[in-house]
Amino acid sequence: MLDYTFQWKVVWKRLPDLFEGAILTLELTILSSIIGLLIASILVIWQKNDNIFLRNFTKTWISIARNTPALLQIYIAYFGLGSFGIHLSSYVAVLGAIAFNNAGYMTEILRGGFSSVSKNQNQAAKGLGLNNFQTYVYVIYPQVLKTVFLPMTNQFIWAMMGTSLGIIIGLQELTGMTTFLQSQTFRPFEFYFIAALIYIFISKSILLSSGFIAKKYLRI
Amino acid sequence: MIKIKDVHKSYGDLKVLDGIDLEVNNGEVVCLVGASGSGKSTLLLCVNALEGIDKGEVLVDEISVHDKNTNQNELRKKLGIVFQQFNTFPHLTALNNVSLALKLVLKMSKKESNDLAEEHLIKVGLKEKLNHYPSELSGGQQQRLAIARALAMSPSYLLLDEITSALDPELVGEVLDTLRMLADEGMTMIVVTHEIPFAREVANRVAFFHEGKIHEIGSPKDLISNPKKIRTKEFLSKIL
Ligand SMILES: Nc1ncnc2c1ncn2[C@@H]1O[C@H](COP(=O)(O)OP(=O)(O)O)[C@@H](O)[C@H]1O
Ligand SMILES: [Mg+2]
Repeated sequence: MLDYTFQWKVVWKRLPDLFEGAILTLELTILSSIIGLLIASILVIWQKNDNIFLRNFTKTWISIARNTPALLQIYIAYFGLGSFGIHLSSYVAVLGAIAFNNAGYMTEILRGGFSSVSKNQNQAAKGLGLNNFQTYVYVIYPQVLKTVFLPMTNQFIWAMMGTSLGIIIGLQELTGMTTFLQSQTFRPFEFYFIAALIYIFISKSILLSSGFIAKKYLRI
Repeated sequence: MIKIKDVHKSYGDLKVLDGIDLEVNNGEVVCLVGASGSGKSTLLLCVNALEGIDKGEVLVDEISVHDKNTNQNELRKKLGIVFQQFNTFPHLTALNNVSLALKLVLKMSKKESNDLAEEHLIKVGLKEKLNHYPSELSGGQQQRLAIARALAMSPSYLLLDEITSALDPELVGEVLDTLRMLADEGMTMIVVTHEIPFAREVANRVAFFHEGKIHEIGSPKDLISNPKKIRTKEFLSKIL
C-alpha cells in the first residue's frame, strides 16, 4: 500500500499555474469582501430605517445569506438567474454569490460593532460641539472598527474558503486549478498537498498581519 | 444667562418635565437635587439641545436653544457638559480626548490644541497621564479628564450631571475640589448632585426636583436646613 513514490518535480513545473489559481482566489476574496463590506455598510443602516420595506429587505437578505449553503447561493447566481434571462459568467456568479454571502454576515458584525458603542459617546461628542459627521468619523467609527476588525478578518478568510466552490461551475481558482492539474498528471496527492500549503500560507499571512495591525494601531 | 421657561417634555406617555422655570445668572452655581427619575438629567440635556422639548423655551444668552434656526453645534461651544459615566473617548489618549474638539470645533492648530489640552490636564492634576488611555485611569482621573475636556473649550456655562456618583468614596473629594476651584473662579454652573454638604457650601441656590417639577427652590441655608415642603423634608432626611 505504501509503495507510492512521491513525485514533486511535476508539481514544481506547474507551480506558475498554481500561482495563477491562487491569484484568482485572492482576487475573488478581496473583491467579494470589499463589495460585501460596502453593501453591509448600507444594510446596517437600512436595518433600522423607518421604511418597513427597507427593513424587511435587509432582514430577508441576512436570513438567506446566513441560513442557506454558499453552494446553493452560487447555483442560484449561475443557474437560477438564468430563468430570468440573466446569464452570468462563472467568475461573476462566484463573485456575486460570495459578496452576497459576505454582506449578510458582515451586516451582523457591523451591527454588533455599532451596538457596542454606547449612546453616551454620541452625546459626549455632540456636547463638545462636534457635528454629526465629525461625531461619526472621529468618535463612533474608530470604536466600531476596533470591535469589528478581528471578526471581519475571520470573515475574509471564510470568504476565501467560499471561493473554492467556484470549481463546481468551472472556475479555475486555486482548488479548481489544482483539480485540473492533478487530472492531467495523475499526481493528486502532491498537487492537493501544495494547494493546501498555499491556502494555509495565505490565511496565516492575513491573520498575522491583522494581528499586528490590531496590536499596533488599534490597541486590541 | 440661562433662562428655562415653562419647559415640558415627555418620552412617549411618560411625562418627565412638567413645566420647569429656572433662571441661572452669570457667576451663579445652582444645584439640582431630587430622587432618581425626577427629570434632572433630562433637564440638563434639554439645556444644550441634546434632547428636544415639547413645550416652553430655553434661552442661553438670549439665544433660543430649540429654535430650528439656531445652530446647535455653535451654541454647544458655550455649554460644557460632564456626565455621571465620564463618557471619555476610549480610543483616544487623555491629551487627544481634550484636544479633539479644540481642533475640530474651535479649528485650532495641532500645536495650539495640544498645548491648551496639556494646560487643562495639568490644572486638574493629570500631568503624568497625558498619554494614557482612559482604560488606564481610575474613575476619579477619568472624571477629571472629562472636566478638563469640557473646560478646555472655554465654555460660559457648565452642566454637571452627578459627576461624583460613579466614583468610589475616596475619589469624590478630588473631583469636588476641582469644582470648588471653578466656583471660586466664577464659573456659572448647573450641578446635579447628591452631595448635600457640597451643595450647602458651594451653591448659590438649590432646587429640589419632584416628578418633573421644581418643588422647592431657595438658598442652601433655607432649602437644606429649613425646607418648607414636606416632600423636600422627606427627601433630605433620607439622603442626609
Ligand atoms: N431616552 C429616554 N427614553 C425614555 N425614557 C427616558 C429617557 N431618558 C430618561 N427617561 C426616563 O425619564 C425619567 C427621568 O429621567 P432622568 O432625567 O434621567 O431623571 P434623573 O436624572 O432625575 O434621575 C425616568 O423615568 C427615565 O427612565
Ligand atoms: Mg440622572
